[in-house]
Amino acid sequence: MASNSLLSKIATNDGHGENLAYFDGWKAYDRNPFHPTQNPEGVIQMGLAENQLSFDVIQEWIMKNPKASICTPEGLAEFKNVANFQDYHGFPDFRKAIANFMSKARGGRVKFDPDRVVMAGGATGANETVMFCLANPGDAFLVPSPYYPAFYRDLGWRTGVKIVPVDCDSSNNFQVTRAALEAAYEKARNNNINIKGLIITNPSNPLGTTLDRATLTSLVKFINDKNIHLVCDEIYAGTVFSSPKFTCVTEVMKEVKNCNRDLIHIVYSLSKDMGVPGLRVGIVYSYNDTVVKCARKMSSFGLVSSQTQHMLAAMLLDDEFVTNFLETSSKRLARRHWIFTTGLEKVGINCLKGNAGLFCWMDLRKLLKDKTFEAEMVLWRMIINDVKLNVSPGSSFRCVEPGWFRVCFANMDEHTVEVALKRIRAFVGVEFEGNKKRNNAEVFVNSPRKNRWGKDGLRLSFGSATRRYEEVMSPRMMSPHSPMPHSPLLRAS
Amino acid sequence: MLSKKASCDSHGQNSSYFLGWEEYEKNPYDQVKNPTGIIQMGLAENQLSLDLLESWVASNPDAAGLKTNGKSIFRKLALFQDYHGLPAFKKVLMETMAEMRGNLVKLEAGNLVLTAGATSANETLMFCLADPGEAFLIPTPYYPGFDRDLKWRTGAQIVPIQCTSSNGFEITAAALEEAYERAQKLNLKVKGVLFTNPANPLGTTMTVVELDHIIDFVAKKHIHIISDEVYAGTVFGSSSFVSIIEALMKRNLENTELWNRVHIVCSLSKDLGLPGFRIGMIYSNNPKVVSAATKMSSFGLISSQTQYLLSQMLLDKTFTRTYMSENKKRLLKRKTMLISELKHSGIACLESNAGLFCWVDMRHLLRDNTFEAEKELWEKVVRVVGLNISPGASCHCTEPGWFRMCFANMCEETLRVAMHRIKVRLVDVHRTRTARVKPTWLSPKWVKLLASFIESWLKLQ
Repeated sequence: MASNSLLSKIATNDGHGENLAYFDGWKAYDRNPFHPTQNPEGVIQMGLAENQLSFDVIQEWIMKNPKASICTPEGLAEFKNVANFQDYHGFPDFRKAIANFMSKARGGRVKFDPDRVVMAGGATGANETVMFCLANPGDAFLVPSPYYPAFYRDLGWRTGVKIVPVDCDSSNNFQVTRAALEAAYEKARNNNINIKGLIITNPSNPLGTTLDRATLTSLVKFINDKNIHLVCDEIYAGTVFSSPKFTCVTEVMKEVKNCNRDLIHIVYSLSKDMGVPGLRVGIVYSYNDTVVKCARKMSSFGLVSSQTQHMLAAMLLDDEFVTNFLETSSKRLARRHWIFTTGLEKVGINCLKGNAGLFCWMDLRKLLKDKTFEAEMVLWRMIINDVKLNVSPGSSFRCVEPGWFRVCFANMDEHTVEVALKRIRAFVGVEFEGNKKRNNAEVFVNSPRKNRWGKDGLRLSFGSATRRYEEVMSPRMMSPHSPMPHSPLLRAS
Repeated sequence: MLSKKASCDSHGQNSSYFLGWEEYEKNPYDQVKNPTGIIQMGLAENQLSLDLLESWVASNPDAAGLKTNGKSIFRKLALFQDYHGLPAFKKVLMETMAEMRGNLVKLEAGNLVLTAGATSANETLMFCLADPGEAFLIPTPYYPGFDRDLKWRTGAQIVPIQCTSSNGFEITAAALEEAYERAQKLNLKVKGVLFTNPANPLGTTMTVVELDHIIDFVAKKHIHIISDEVYAGTVFGSSSFVSIIEALMKRNLENTELWNRVHIVCSLSKDLGLPGFRIGMIYSNNPKVVSAATKMSSFGLISSQTQYLLSQMLLDKTFTRTYMSENKKRLLKRKTMLISELKHSGIACLESNAGLFCWVDMRHLLRDNTFEAEKELWEKVVRVVGLNISPGASCHCTEPGWFRMCFANMCEETLRVAMHRIKVRLVDVHRTRTARVKPTWLSPKWVKLLASFIESWLKLQ
């Protein structure tokens, strides 16, 4: 038997998505990770959407509530029951606690039914489970771009479901429109692609924005008219830090005439809102009873550890804690966002105006040599290798406009943010501050000055930039979407 | 509107295995609050030694409090989502697994993939090894959950290897060939053989002869072996457990092509009695399988909090050894009690040396040798006798009348109540009923016939 047919097609194809360029930056970081004292010249990880700002609030609660742990003298009496509990319904208190937290994260404007709360292995598991419930292999889901790169894996790898992107661009701040959806839907049907639904991330990753009520209503109307499903990935709902406030799909459902509730499903997780991705708490919440039953059976493949359920049940039923946590987290995210975006603005870099998430959608179009993805890749490799920041290029989110980058800001302390901003300032060039009218791209590419020295001793010379530009322009690197092996740049560095 | 998977029955939950659970849920036995309720004997859980785990936790405050050297590591754990798993946990798992196999096998941590329970491990292996429509051969009777775990979302098929009571349900070379041919006739491409060792529901460890049959068969057909060894730590008495890895090593098959087609599933749910923590694992000698399975584990990782707790617990080798040894003693004692009580009621069990259950022979209580009769008997046992046990049909047994009874998921007193109910509500009733039935030769029909015969005989005189 040939070695390829020995394993399944799924095991040997690229559906896991790990050959995408998105991960090259991670590899550079892994080889040379920044540390404030041990490795201050290392690569700063700004490609990881983690919420590390409010652990102290959680830790304090854990210290004050020893009974929530089955391992403390106070909580030990529950050890046996908890260790033994593998019912895929989950602890009733856990479901109640999740419903409670979800509601509070939406300002109490929506009430959730604990009996519709179904566990999954993180949002990763939840998204896959929803696809298994709603679509057959070969079916497709519409996904507005730019979108989370791992959707490729989560939605389609083992399920066989296809992604049909609905491209959005900066002309209207990347908002998805009914017209764009209709066009994508028709095109798919003309190509005999069976669209089973639309999946949106709200708040959006990578944009860091929430959908306004009118847009969300038009999406619900769209899927209702077409009789297709709507999956709302709301894992960043609790990270909204400024207006407009978050509108959950449930609020809009009630307002749409003859809305078929069986088409509406929410994916949730505690990984972003609470900053606990290690605990693997994913949730499928569906208004369709059959989907709830099916997803619950499937949850056997990724239940939340009973130890974790037990602890979180106590924590999230503590209303005082939940209110305090959400308020504190929101304030800290707002502050961090403000520090970062104003720091960027000072050097003429703008971000899409965001009000949520753990990242900014940074506009570096004017730093591109030309309006191509090749130029975006060149710029990106420079940011990783010379500026030593791992940021995520827009092409990895299937953005249709080159020059946009997602930059995460909540996975580091304030000092590291300052270091990152300093490096960016040095990269863009101090002369920009004094000469805002000059085209930055000109400065970058055509300046007779050979060296641009930053305070950290980072050198970005024109000479070396062209040499590197030529190095990377090998045929393999032409398309940002092709699987990319380690680039010559990375091997050289 | 929904997917085929959402609308079909492949989740297997309409089988009697799960229906019995539903009956139990409606009316669960409690010694004090509901002494007439249904006793759960369909759940293969190990609750006999949780007190030992509890006392370890009580004596190890640092591990329990998510601390290392008194410093909180909550933050690190909360952020840890690397699908390679906590290195310390994997290392100590390897050592524990090796010790369970008498340290006769050498295991590498790099060949290990952590998954959310054995349920996830089995499904993941199917996704890695079989395309939709391809098949795995599985000896019967087998764990009912396999129908869901192996087939539902993967689209893989199961072709049973028929085993019978004539030889204690052992796997024979002929049965393997017959199953393969049946698969061919069904146009199913066979990708491998999957077996549970120790076996569920039989409660027996596989013999070296059986393992050799499978190895020879798999070598000839160039297919995979999946050895589900989740009960490895429940082997009691004086018998030993031979893992597939040991069987291969005995035949000097390491570093052969076959070695790359062998994959093991383990879990801490049965051995340590911690099903709630969702700790499963795949061990494979095939780097491509390890790589693919590791990526797939993203869909069901083990909570970092749990990985940490267990890594500390298993690091305490003195504790682990004491636990394993004491656990086996308690399992043996409990099993012996079940068998002897059943024997008093005239019910025999398959001779077993592992597992959390017995494979009980109730063929003599059937009205006839059919699965309808088995179903009737099972319904009586659930509703009248008040025990949830698993009928052989749900385990795809080829012979009616066999049932799996679990003994490790209750206290001794409850087991006595269960055994008493069997005696009084089932066996005694059955005996009385069989005694009351008139022999047919005394029935009016036979009296008439005898009369006419005597008459004819008299006429001839």
